[in-house]
Amino acid sequence: MESRPARLWLEKPRRFMIALGGISLLAWRTLVGSFDRRFAFKELLYQIESIGIRSIAIAVLTAIFSGMVMTVQFSVQMARFGVKEYVSSVVSLSLVRELGPALTALMVGGRVGAGIAAELGSMRVTEQIDAIRAMGADPVRKLVVPRVLATMTVLPLLTILADVLGVLGAMVAARVGSDVSMTLFLQSMLRSVAMEDLAHGLIKTVFFGFLLGVIACYKGLETGGGTAGVGRATTETVVITSLVTLCADFVLTNLLLGFGI
Amino acid sequence: MSPSASTAFIEFRQVRQAFGKNRLYDDLSLCVNRGETMTILGGSGSGKSVMLKLLIGLLKPDSGVIRFDGQDLVPLDEQKLLPVRRRISMLFQGGALFDSLSVGENVAYPIHEHLHLSAKQVAERVAEKLALVGLPGIENMWPAELSGGMRKRVAIARAIAADPEVLLYDEPTTGLDPINTRRINELIMSIQRNLRVTSLVVTHDLASAFMISDRMAMLSERRILATLPCEEFRRSQESAIHDFVSAMALDPSRPPQGSLS
Repeated sequence: MESRPARLWLEKPRRFMIALGGISLLAWRTLVGSFDRRFAFKELLYQIESIGIRSIAIAVLTAIFSGMVMTVQFSVQMARFGVKEYVSSVVSLSLVRELGPALTALMVGGRVGAGIAAELGSMRVTEQIDAIRAMGADPVRKLVVPRVLATMTVLPLLTILADVLGVLGAMVAARVGSDVSMTLFLQSMLRSVAMEDLAHGLIKTVFFGFLLGVIACYKGLETGGGTAGVGRATTETVVITSLVTLCADFVLTNLLLGFGI
Repeated sequence: MSPSASTAFIEFRQVRQAFGKNRLYDDLSLCVNRGETMTILGGSGSGKSVMLKLLIGLLKPDSGVIRFDGQDLVPLDEQKLLPVRRRISMLFQGGALFDSLSVGENVAYPIHEHLHLSAKQVAERVAEKLALVGLPGIENMWPAELSGGMRKRVAIARAIAADPEVLLYDEPTTGLDPINTRRINELIMSIQRNLRVTSLVVTHDLASAFMISDRMAMLSERRILATLPCEEFRRSQESAIHDFVSAMALDPSRPPQGSLS
């Protein structure tokens, strides 16, 4: 009886360490597997299509509304300090450097991560993963590598789209709400947003994509406990990938600033 | 048990296996000769399927030796298991067909992994194997469109696609109606006759077992209690076997065993 609380206390950190080790190992095997020439190119294209094309709407709508609402908020607040002409710069910079990448990663990540975990989890509980191994193939190369490469490709592309449409949304909101001409908005935006700002955001999304893909695949492959396990793996993936995206965003932003980007 | 262990094609010797606190095998030994059909009987949860997964390397035993054609499989890694998996093929319980691939692509999977054939040769072989299981011309259907019995037969076609020497059947008739059960049993026997494979079948369906086996092994009390030819098995006075046989005979949902043998 006395040892029980101690064991329970240790159980969570123990499970966390096991998961951390498992994810790191999978990340490494994915990196090694991506340089294998036998990799499934057709599968990669299919994944880019299913992960990317079908996430366009969610990414675009998120960006447009964030751009618009930020413009409204900043217009009111910055007018109080008499610096309303900077609204365009502030909104565009925040969108390109931070909100475009982070919101796209969060929204698309939730959708895509849940999908990957549910698909691989179902394959796991119906013994399809075992079948792949039994037929002499490697599930990491067959399933994980194409999915991770797809998320790494798709997130930056969707982010570019989100950046452009987010700024457009902001422009429209500024025109309608505070009567700022679109030309003025664009000129001021182009003066303040540089290539480094775009690069800063896009570099982060490549890492978000890698983390998202690896974690979702890990949760899927490690699914146990039948169909209930698939549901659990799916929800856990959404929670974990969102938190990891936000933590990684903070770390990467500081790192990139350290490199002067 | 085979009198001379050195001639056995497949041999389990003193295998121990535990999952956490659940001891599955204490001292499990079994020999299978080349060309015979051996059925492993046992209650639910006795670890019948685990024996098949150990033999094809999906799981590793805690200790003991598992030999195939003279080679100990336990120390082999995934890469070194490839030639073994080319020769041993497994039929999974639910079929484990890949939902994202068509029937034809499913059957072609092990051919692509193990043999280097042209696209035309692959297509011919797929058609031949599907015809062999009585389902010619369904290459373009999807697994989701198939009935339970058809899924099992496609899975059998996939299992024999790369011409294995050993076939492992995990509960081949579970969940099927009597007509499909009989069809699968006949298919297993015809594969046995025509392809001259060694088969290891795991089931708790006694009627099927008597129909298809040369010898039967009883898995109980964490080891193989006895390995006997069918007739001797039926008449055995060993209490675990006797109980198992008479429990099945009393079950009104099953046909009497005499009518099938």
